[in-house]
Amino acid sequence: MADQLSRVFQALADETRRDLVARLASGDKTVGDLAEPYEMSLQAVSKHVRVLEDAGLVSRSRDAQKRPVHLEAEVLSLMTKWIERYRREAEERFQRLDAVLAEMADGEHNATGPTTGATTNEGAAS
Amino acid sequence: MSKEATIDADPNLPVITITREFDAPPERVYRAWAEPELVKRWMGPRSVEMDIATWDCQTGGSYRYNAIQNGEVVAHFFGCFHDAIPGEKLVQTFGFEEMRDAVALEIMTFEPLEGGRTRIVAKSIVESMEAQQGMLASGMEIGINEGYEKLDELLAEGVA
Repeated sequence: MADQLSRVFQALADETRRDLVARLASGDKTVGDLAEPYEMSLQAVSKHVRVLEDAGLVSRSRDAQKRPVHLEAEVLSLMTKWIERYRREAEERFQRLDAVLAEMADGEHNATGPTTGATTNEGAAS
Repeated sequence: MSKEATIDADPNLPVITITREFDAPPERVYRAWAEPELVKRWMGPRSVEMDIATWDCQTGGSYRYNAIQNGEVVAHFFGCFHDAIPGEKLVQTFGFEEMRDAVALEIMTFEPLEGGRTRIVAKSIVESMEAQQGMLASGMEIGINEGYEKLDELLAEGVA
């Protein structure tokens, strides 16, 4: 299990391969289609596809002449995880914003003149 | 009351919408977006420091900042504020030097809620469905590291 997991991680650790997966989300494509936007040989793209195939992320039909590359269903659930990670990152930012907003409120309570933004004046009244 | 961010990635349009509520009135939330001293305290990933060169948050203004990670500049972000209506709306472009084609249009509305609260609806519009997927996948880098960390922990505990 751990082996399969690291194969998937390794396959997706490469930017080109992540891009390939993203582009396959909209439908099956031949290696030729996939290679089109890159300045990279067909063989190089084939190699990337092979890595994805070994990780179980994509499959290729044996019979069709052009052997289109197909994104496996589990990868779509992986995409859902991408969305969840994206969401979590946004949530982390917003939690920091919560803290900033709370401090700004404190600043407004003992505001003396125009707000200066980041600096919270904890008036050291002695 | 849950105010966690929700995200909606349209399956047919290259749009990602994030919605989140805040315990502060729209004017204050807007200021946290508009004033650079405040912005740099929360925007950007946790591990990244924002080195802001320009942040002119007004209609027709622009911004530019470098992302610094472990003392090194890792990305150069820039864009312009197309429209800036204090406490109401912010429309801006978002781009970075490292991928000039990956520009996004961001439309943020600040909706007042009862009790001096605010709902933010932030829409990111990109050029294609591929770009939308790529944007979501960009979180994968962190995911991969998290995954390995988890695996390391399991291994350390002798579970895996």
